Amino acid sequence: MSGKCFINGIAGISAQLTTDGDAFFDDVVEHTELIFRAIDPDYKKYIKPAAMRRMSKSVKMGVTASQMALDQAGIEMPDAIITGTGMGCKQDSEKFLENILHNDEQFLTPTLFIQSTHNTVGGQIALGLNCKAYNVTYVQAAASFEVALMDAKLKLLEKENQHILVGGIDEIAKNSSRLHTLDGHIKSEPLAVIDLLFSTSSGTVTSEGATFMTVTNDSSNKNIAEILDVTIFNQATPEEVEDELKEFMQRNSVEISDLDAVILGTNGDGDFDLYYHKLQQGVFADVQQIGYKHLIGEHHTASAFAYWLGCKIFNKQQLPEIVKMNKKETSSFKTILLYNQYRGKNHSFALLQQC
Amino acid sequence: MKNGVAITGMGIISSIGDTVEDNLHALRSEIGGISRIEHVDTRKRDEIMVGEIKKTNDELINMLGLDTINSFSRTAMLGAIAAKEAIHNAGITDAITSRTGFISGTSVGGMDTTEKHYLDYTNTDTYHRYIEAQHAGFTTQSISKYLGIRGYVSTISTACSSAANAIMLGARMIEAGQLDRVIVGGTDALSKFTINGFGTLMILSDDVCTPFDEHRKGLNLGEAAAYLVLESDQMVAQENKKVLARVNGWANTNDAFHQTASSSNGEGAYLAMKEALEVAQLDHSQIDYVNAHGTATPNNDLSEGIALTRIFGDQVPVFSSTKAYTGHTLAAAGSVEAVFSILSMQEEIIFPNLNFETKMEACPITPQTKLSSQAVKTVLSNSFGFGGNCSTLIFKKQ
Repeated sequence: MSGKCFINGIAGISAQLTTDGDAFFDDVVEHTELIFRAIDPDYKKYIKPAAMRRMSKSVKMGVTASQMALDQAGIEMPDAIITGTGMGCKQDSEKFLENILHNDEQFLTPTLFIQSTHNTVGGQIALGLNCKAYNVTYVQAAASFEVALMDAKLKLLEKENQHILVGGIDEIAKNSSRLHTLDGHIKSEPLAVIDLLFSTSSGTVTSEGATFMTVTNDSSNKNIAEILDVTIFNQATPEEVEDELKEFMQRNSVEISDLDAVILGTNGDGDFDLYYHKLQQGVFADVQQIGYKHLIGEHHTASAFAYWLGCKIFNKQQLPEIVKMNKKETSSFKTILLYNQYRGKNHSFALLQQC
Repeated sequence: MKNGVAITGMGIISSIGDTVEDNLHALRSEIGGISRIEHVDTRKRDEIMVGEIKKTNDELINMLGLDTINSFSRTAMLGAIAAKEAIHNAGITDAITSRTGFISGTSVGGMDTTEKHYLDYTNTDTYHRYIEAQHAGFTTQSISKYLGIRGYVSTISTACSSAANAIMLGARMIEAGQLDRVIVGGTDALSKFTINGFGTLMILSDDVCTPFDEHRKGLNLGEAAAYLVLESDQMVAQENKKVLARVNGWANTNDAFHQTASSSNGEGAYLAMKEALEVAQLDHSQIDYVNAHGTATPNNDLSEGIALTRIFGDQVPVFSSTKAYTGHTLAAAGSVEAVFSILSMQEEIIFPNLNFETKMEACPITPQTKLSSQAVKTVLSNSFGFGGNCSTLIFKKQ
């Protein structure tokens, strides 16, 4: 079996206007808080009001983004549902925890606990679709989406003619998210988020979002992009990242000069952006470099958005100025490399090719 | 029969023992590890019975040789202890290469530390090193760092089926040649969060649990960690490894019925067992022993019992739930019971379903109630969780 992996539907709910069909950062929302939320699409189109009342934001975003991706691909029933989330259903989890702590373990109700598990989004999508197929949730910090995608790719290798729903979801929880201001993950000084990529102070910002895609090994489809390969490695020094990159490119028979662009997970953390800078100034010096976290922010599954961005670039064959990180004029986009890491851990590479 | 993936090592810590050997001894002695709570600061301590590991966090720190100032949650420490035993048991002494992976399941991860320090984080920076423990993946990060695994590391959180899914993924990755060796399993420590969560669902027993009994009153929460080492046949041949058993069947399905409850006809469980038998290329008549999920909640045991009769008809194999020994160890249950399944085949014994007295009226099946000696060549093990997650693993004797 070929193990080919094509994206044939993709949707991203983010802190930008990314669910409005054709728009491609025509209007950019400039965030001024270090912790900022995703822009809500019209959930009512996808979720019945009675069901919606009980849903936390991550469930709403996940159910909606997954339905958008399925609709785009024309798939009614996926053969597997695989999700990734760093935080899980943090809002309900946090509320339940605070109720325990503030009320000395009394007056608790089950709803928050029931919805607090990390696999709630995957479970709710299955319930909504009545999908009894394979269903797994990964919680691997900044590589949560990528390990979900690797599982999907393995599924496509194991069985032919499969359509798999795979997505990444993270939501902001009022107090838990703010705790990362205390441990230095979030910057301590205010900042215009649009300037994030130039920041050199410690820490980054925090946001939320959901990106879902349908992947298939059916090449007869109207596919958007092929995911040639995706890999993760838990820990590495900047030097080791370069070695990993070399090996990754080699096993896919792709040269740096074949790349039309690289999409980087740069998040303005002065302590860790050197992982990107080393590549930007080195092997990627002559490649179009793209950033996006100054637009949609940072969270454990923010890197899933890079796939949305890659697909959009393939469709449009042009780049909005706002995502360019170096001065390059590229006129055709066929092959794009993605690289992401968070605080020197959970590194991932992926290679996308236009179909 | 499919040959499956070689298991070359295992490790476990649970309320019935700190090692595989201790666990086996307790299983053989028919002595459960269910008691009152000692180490969790909760007002529920006299209301419920749990499978608690009778060790303080300081004792666990000593067992691992960690610095006094560390960022390990109890969940991470239990995981590191069990994973270390598994690696040692597999005779792995060389540096762990990048083709070695680590896949760990957990439900609430470092919640035990989060709930302890949450209200103090803003007042003092003493415990800020624990803030990251609020992400389940951090538990895995702590363990993988301790073990020195730097390549493929992932965390699965599908509630009480997490470790079963970790074993399944590891087996699939070895089979596809993506890894040479992978440590798979799960870990969960007792926490106020889960004690109260399951409490609100009214499914915690105030006495020792009685799986599959008509008068069962609910589950005993437990804490544990267990890991297996899976290796490719090439590695086994190259290093002349002893193979303990093989994982040769697996399936993951979704009940798609309710966020927490199982369907009355056990559809998800039925589909998982059916598909796992297909993957293993086994007929249901070839299963010698079923290690059931059997949490002792009214809902699970009936639903699982019905699913068992749908698969096996009136020929349900010898089966038992070992949760009356360990309690329901949530995300770790799948790997705890994988270790027990392997021990069952190695020792040629069936571990009893403790505390069983009366058959369920709605599904009159009788679990094994006494320790018995018999040849066991294949074991089917179930793990189900919130979110409709149902997983079945099949193990076979080498």
